[in-house]
Amino acid sequence: MRRYFGRKLLIYGLTFFVAVTVNWMIPRFMPGDPVASMVARANVTKPEAVEAMRVYYTSLFGLDQPLWQQYVNFWGALVRGDFGVSIWLFPTPVSSVIMAAVPYTLALIVPSVLLSWVVGNQFGAYAARRKLLDNTVLPVGYVLTAMPYMWLAVLLAWAFGVILGWFPVAGGYSFSMRPNWSMPFLLDLLHHWTLPFLSLFLVALGGWAIGMRNMIIYELESDYSNYLSALGAPSRLIRRYAFRNAVLPQITGLALQLGVLVAGALVTEIVFAYPGLGSLILKAIQNKDFFLLQGTFLFIVLGVLIANFIIDIVYVVVDPRTRAGMAGAQA
Amino acid sequence: MTALQEVAPREPAAVRREALYFAVRNGKLMAGFGIVLVLLLLGLLGPVLFPGAPNEYGPKPMTPPSGEHWFGTTTFGQDVFLQFVYGLRSTFAVGVIGGGIAAVIGMVVGFVAGYRGGIVDEALNMLTNVILVIPTLAVLLIINAYLGIRSVAVQGLFIGLTQWPWAARAIRAQTFSLRTREFVDLARMSGAGTGRIIAREIAPNMSSYLFMTFILLFGGSVLIASSLDFIGLGPTEGVSLGLMLQNANQWSALQLGLWWWFVPPGAAITAIVGALYVANVGLDEVFNPKLRET
Repeated sequence: MRRYFGRKLLIYGLTFFVAVTVNWMIPRFMPGDPVASMVARANVTKPEAVEAMRVYYTSLFGLDQPLWQQYVNFWGALVRGDFGVSIWLFPTPVSSVIMAAVPYTLALIVPSVLLSWVVGNQFGAYAARRKLLDNTVLPVGYVLTAMPYMWLAVLLAWAFGVILGWFPVAGGYSFSMRPNWSMPFLLDLLHHWTLPFLSLFLVALGGWAIGMRNMIIYELESDYSNYLSALGAPSRLIRRYAFRNAVLPQITGLALQLGVLVAGALVTEIVFAYPGLGSLILKAIQNKDFFLLQGTFLFIVLGVLIANFIIDIVYVVVDPRTRAGMAGAQA
Repeated sequence: MTALQEVAPREPAAVRREALYFAVRNGKLMAGFGIVLVLLLLGLLGPVLFPGAPNEYGPKPMTPPSGEHWFGTTTFGQDVFLQFVYGLRSTFAVGVIGGGIAAVIGMVVGFVAGYRGGIVDEALNMLTNVILVIPTLAVLLIINAYLGIRSVAVQGLFIGLTQWPWAARAIRAQTFSLRTREFVDLARMSGAGTGRIIAREIAPNMSSYLFMTFILLFGGSVLIASSLDFIGLGPTEGVSLGLMLQNANQWSALQLGLWWWFVPPGAAITAIVGALYVANVGLDEVFNPKLRET
């Protein structure tokens, strides 16, 4: 158990270290001078303003110092929560720009990931023993997993937003409203949230259902199932054991899929112009706001790591073998 | 991804004949490869049969599909069918480059880690796990944004470089189980080196598995590339299916009701990736007697 968590923490620590290092290295070792290009993009004509910007960026990047010093400074700033200043929304610090977007992204990702996992597993488990359901779940599941997230989002927006007009197709809330905690505003939020949520939920659903179906079939054909049925155990009991065994790889799968799910949320947000991290990244790229881009990158990595850690804890709770300290080898 | 059983070594020629026998009788495999083949041919022959500039502005904007413009035109009068056919090419190219590079790295890491074991395995495993946890798209985003060189080849290269970890893990597990078999011991006793044993003894015994891994990596690369294109980090020259979706979204095809602009590219991506997944299930049944229904 301690070994298991020790290993996991080591991997997470290393991952974070690598991510931060990559983030630090890219502007410094990629071809081109980031400071010059940023000043050029800002479209300032006054020479003294250009000079001021150049000095500002140079000190922001800390490019006047030796490399190792820059690297240490980068970590220091990070620990203080300092991601630099956004270029797109000029004097606002990157951290506050990100913080304004994070609640929207979380509100989309957390329910869609959890619900699609739970519902997908249930569907898959049912499909494994009903021929009729199997013949529908399987093809639909394959089509859903093969769909690019943004395409399903576009189709939903077109069908339910443009043709039927049931849901709005853009934004996190109506333009006429200001964010507050009143009932009409919350309903408006929910109204805007439905379609992006639905598209994320549906694409992820197919994969979980197929995975669970395959695992259950595999478990029902295994020795312990045959042995139980030879002993005359009720099939309900056998199915319950099969489900418990089949759900373990699905938990690992959830950890592995997190990165993909986050990526899906980002492009879905772009389709619906939803005011989360995805739309922020799009704006950062369009405005060449590299500080914002770097900040969101680190934030996403941190989020995925924390989510992975939670899944690891859940895994220990669900799998007795991990508690016994046997799973040290399968990190 | 798919539930995979252990591979049992057998006479290669007999295996091949038997596999072929079951392959042509497997509906999933044939249907899946059929769909991919049709789209591949369309991508390869289309630009030859219909020469023209897919991004060129035409005189008739926003027309629905007709005999003249099979898939209609965009708000700029570009022919959607031409874009579609040229876009298929870059989609397949990204799949081959990205999936190929990821498969090669995954194989090398997986084979070496699984065969050598010990400290080499520990180190490679650690590396695999670290890269597995980092969200790929986020890394690709910042690399692409800084680099600014955006061709299909570079995109495929970066996708390949970030997508290998799960393949390496799966291949490592398979190699682990093959490493202790008699024929590998025999080869080791006869003095063959690590590279030779992997290439001659281990890899051929899991060739079907490796092929299936490549198919899944191909599909994954296509999906990642379409997301990158959609965010605006696609190739700056030419067309791709993801870029078509991006343009459609950016120029409000949705609100204008130009469904022919965004339906074909997404449908093609879904068809290619879905058909590959289904074909993969078919392949699994062909190579694994336990899974055959008849």
